Amino acid sequence: MSDMYNVSTSPHVRSSATTQRIMLDVAIALVPAGAFGIYRFGIKALVLMLVCIAGCVLTEYLYELIMKKTITIMDCSALVTGMLLAYNLPVSMPVWMALIGSVFAILVVKMVFGGLGQNFMNPALGGRCFLVASFGSYMNDFSEGIVDAVSNATADAVSGATPLATLKNGGSVDVMEMFIGNINGTIGEVSALAILIGAGYLLLRRVITLRIPFAYIASFAVFVLLFGGKGFDIEFLGAHLFGGGLMLGAFFMATDYVTSPITIKGQWLFGIFLGLLTGVFRILGSSAEGVSYAIILGNLIVPLIEKVTLPKAFGREAEKHERK
Amino acid sequence: MGLATFKGGIHPYDGKDISKERPIKTILPKDELVFLMSQHIGAPATPTVKPGDKVLMGQIIGEASAFISANVISSVSGTVKAVEPRLAVSGDMVNAVIIENDHEYTPVEGFGNKRDYRRLTKQQIREIIKGAGIVGMGGAGFPTHVKMTPKDDDVISHVIINGAECEPYLTSDYRMMIEEPGRIIDGLKVILSLFTRAKGIIAIEDNKPDAIKKLEDMVKNEPNIQVCPLKTKYPQGGERALIYAVTKKKVNSSMLPADVGCVVSNIDTTVAISMAVSDSIPLMRRIVTVTGDAIKEPCNYNVKIGMSYREVLEEAGGLAKPVEKIVSGGPMMGVAMFSLDVPVAKTTSALLCLTHDEATKPESACIRCGRCVTVCPGHIVPQKAAASALSNNLENFIKYDGLECCECGCCTYVCPAKRNLTQALRQMRRTALASRKK
Repeated sequence: MSDMYNVSTSPHVRSSATTQRIMLDVAIALVPAGAFGIYRFGIKALVLMLVCIAGCVLTEYLYELIMKKTITIMDCSALVTGMLLAYNLPVSMPVWMALIGSVFAILVVKMVFGGLGQNFMNPALGGRCFLVASFGSYMNDFSEGIVDAVSNATADAVSGATPLATLKNGGSVDVMEMFIGNINGTIGEVSALAILIGAGYLLLRRVITLRIPFAYIASFAVFVLLFGGKGFDIEFLGAHLFGGGLMLGAFFMATDYVTSPITIKGQWLFGIFLGLLTGVFRILGSSAEGVSYAIILGNLIVPLIEKVTLPKAFGREAEKHERK
Repeated sequence: MGLATFKGGIHPYDGKDISKERPIKTILPKDELVFLMSQHIGAPATPTVKPGDKVLMGQIIGEASAFISANVISSVSGTVKAVEPRLAVSGDMVNAVIIENDHEYTPVEGFGNKRDYRRLTKQQIREIIKGAGIVGMGGAGFPTHVKMTPKDDDVISHVIINGAECEPYLTSDYRMMIEEPGRIIDGLKVILSLFTRAKGIIAIEDNKPDAIKKLEDMVKNEPNIQVCPLKTKYPQGGERALIYAVTKKKVNSSMLPADVGCVVSNIDTTVAISMAVSDSIPLMRRIVTVTGDAIKEPCNYNVKIGMSYREVLEEAGGLAKPVEKIVSGGPMMGVAMFSLDVPVAKTTSALLCLTHDEATKPESACIRCGRCVTVCPGHIVPQKAAASALSNNLENFIKYDGLECCECGCCTYVCPAKRNLTQALRQMRRTALASRKK
């Protein structure tokens, strides 16, 4: 018995998919929206992105170093969190605030719960909501958003209001301009077009499925049509779909693996829940935005959704499930 | 309409091109053969010979010791050298009869006598199958005579011959379908004579169009036999997936195929039934695919059971490259071996030599991507069942239907975090099933 070969239980082959590759794909898919943000808002947008990315990655690295844990920054999940957090900030945000948000997102929302896979809330959104709660006026200040890129800037754009805020106050908006992104808003959310290009890449790479985004956007659209008070107004509906963080949230944050249901039925249910909640916040609530809080609340009920949507095992469909 | 299939599954690299064009070649063993007394599920056979005894080719050297057990047959003539434990594929030491080959291959009396199954009673056919030591040769090794004896013959509506061969790299069944289709059909007819109300179905994945064509041509005038092409997808040849694809009936872990009126038989097993019943040749050979990127001359061999893997490998010209892992069977469900000094058993479908062991990748945290849920043919949530298994929580494991896992390995294959889900599930299933028996 001179020969000793590797022994392990089957299977002996593995697919090429890795966590790192998946996270890199998400980062790549985020590039068009980020590039548009830089074009639209200038170099400060890039600075905020770099600060958030560095803040997130360094926080994870230092935490693991101090806690003597395996360094996991190479899985690129902190990179994605950093990008998403920056995309959720207005360009006028002071850099030091962005840094605090990054540290909070990784340290409090992700690492103390056990790191990647254990966080019950999307870290970027957790960071964003922390910043809204701490520096609300800064987070809603879009006055720096007016640069020359907007040729047909409306009076509202000049005053720095986002289209949704304008809409809320009874003003009118240009849906096409919103789709392309010549509007005010946070760095990464303004261009629905750029976001959809990235989303297309993710779908093509099979990193995400349409289940959550479709259920989310469709149920939100139905809510707007039913309760928006404008009847079947395409312009109003379009403004709601392309304005604010809906597209970014539906394709990049609601689809976060860790904080969305693992069951297939659960993903549909999750999407519908987010759509309705966003509708409630935007139409019935007093704020113009609602995506972040809708997703965060959705994250919280994921365990419940999974519990009620567990698939029935093959050949056991007829049996009554006795799940406690 | 789409091809018959099931929900879930994966498409791994199939590696069949390496060996599929190599015709089956019969090879003969050297001096020493090792016949393990446990090459099947159930009680080990009891040796019926002792050191010094002369044995003939085709002679029973181990006798079934219980209802679920199987005879072991000598594949050579010669002298018994020893009866002692030897290393099996599983890594266990298993009682074995060691025979010194006299290279004469003197058969037992009546060996090779032609018989017409139509003149035999059902009882006689079952006795022949039992006497010939036939077991499921696809890997599980369930004694065939037990499978062929359901409570009621008349409830069997489908006899399915499993020609899916969904396991990557394997081409032994494919070669058999191309080279010996008559044998397969004869074996199927023998089985059908036991179940008069059943129709025969030969199910083949559509990545083997020439095998489908060949068998379709041959059963053209057989009203009771048809060929069913299947979608190429792993684990299409798994018993539950196969039965569902062909009949749309579902079998769970606590049922037998007979409960939904099905009897499933592997290709090589069907050939063994034909040889035993029609030609009085018991089970003493099998087709083994020798393949993998480390093999010099990949091939499909007709190997005498009891021959050592090392000799089989030498026939294939040995190793062309340094090998990291040697697997008995396919890459998805085969068993890795640390040594080549193991005898070929009834359930050995392949000798796979890989230069690179992909299973050594380190595990990282689960990111809950849900890929395991999408591919699981048992429609469970492998992530949750495996987590229960790792925390040794039997109650939760059963709640998450961990017992419905068929250990196909799809979840481990797709996992981007490289988590060994199948391993966790398999281990816990063993524990759970053992405690269930008590």
